[in-house]
Amino acid sequence: MIKAIASLGRSSLMLLAGIGQMALFIWQLLPLVPGGIWRIRLLIKQVYMAGVLSLPIIVTAGLFVGMVLGLQGHHILKTFNSEEAVGTMTALSLIRELGPVVAALLFAGRAGSALTAEVGLMRSTEQFSALEMMAVDPMRYVVMPRVLACIIALPMLAMIFIALGIFGGYVVTVGWLGVDSGAFWSQMNQNVDWHADVINGFIKAVVFAVLIALVALYQGCYAIPTSEGVSRATTRTVVHASLGVLGLDFILTSIMFT
Amino acid sequence: MSKQLKFEIGVGLLVLIALISTVFIALKVSNFSGFQERSSYQVDALFSNIGGLTARAPVKVSGVLIGRVDRIELDPVSYRARVVMDIYSEFDDIPMDSSVSILTSGLLGSQYIGLEVGGDDMVLQAGDRIHFTQSALVLENLIGRLMVSLTEGGRE
Repeated sequence: MIKAIASLGRSSLMLLAGIGQMALFIWQLLPLVPGGIWRIRLLIKQVYMAGVLSLPIIVTAGLFVGMVLGLQGHHILKTFNSEEAVGTMTALSLIRELGPVVAALLFAGRAGSALTAEVGLMRSTEQFSALEMMAVDPMRYVVMPRVLACIIALPMLAMIFIALGIFGGYVVTVGWLGVDSGAFWSQMNQNVDWHADVINGFIKAVVFAVLIALVALYQGCYAIPTSEGVSRATTRTVVHASLGVLGLDFILTSIMFT
Repeated sequence: MSKQLKFEIGVGLLVLIALISTVFIALKVSNFSGFQERSSYQVDALFSNIGGLTARAPVKVSGVLIGRVDRIELDPVSYRARVVMDIYSEFDDIPMDSSVSILTSGLLGSQYIGLEVGGDDMVLQAGDRIHFTQSALVLENLIGRLMVSLTEGGRE
């Protein structure tokens, strides 16, 4: 009994300590943002690592998600004799929810885990201390470019995901299932609003990017410097970032679309 | 090829594809009108019931788009709905005695304003009011009237 209460107390204290550490981490990073933007060469390398290398998975996933949406939407809407609305349905669900969320989940798995492993290993092999010895601030030259790169890359990837998803839906419904192409585009055009839908979807992607970047680098920087510690931190990055994205998505949706 | 160049080319391609996607979403998917709003002039009309009409609903003549609803407000004097419409400037010869009615596209579609062209020599100017209006069909009123006429018919 006493043991159970003690373990509850210990885990709550650990949780509180984790939140405090995360807050300190963010507090340390914030003043470095303006300087980080001007280190273009470091930034470009990290955008390449996080963004360009995630492109294949985003492209494939976007196409298939759009195609499945087209198929399912057509199947359901056919019972109401309104197959033309499948364009609207595909576009709205991609722009509002699936684009930012699925792109963020894939990004957390593909780029977030890589960042944690990279930074965690740098830490465990004492590279951070070595940088500090050379009077190079690792927060400024290692962590900050990676955070900024995530925030730059994910919104772009989300937009690519949405565009390809809509194209995938178009190929399936118009090319294969015989929905009228004019009705597909014009209904979509009438019902999708630039400000209410597209901009809000974009804002979602930016928020998810910040979350994933912070979780991934926090886990990397504070990983236990053993191979097991790094592997655990990598797992935690994917789990925490994915759950965080889904939870935040619910909150953002309830603010934006009600 | 240096490593830095490879990174730069990759990032450049990524940005390019993202830009193309955004432009595609803006122009083809959403109703982005943004920077080049077509020049238009405003006229208004009073309706006793607008049904489900919303701002940005189309204004059509014979099914052709000639403008959009700018805003809908309550007229403080007559307590009727005042619908302000933007009519595109190229349609500047609409007669004064034209009539507008609120119609529905399809059985369950969205509502729009249909403009029936009159025969007056005077044309609508910016700020003019269209006096001949027909309100939206409200299903409950229609059924109510149908019930009345049915019961009256039964009594005879």
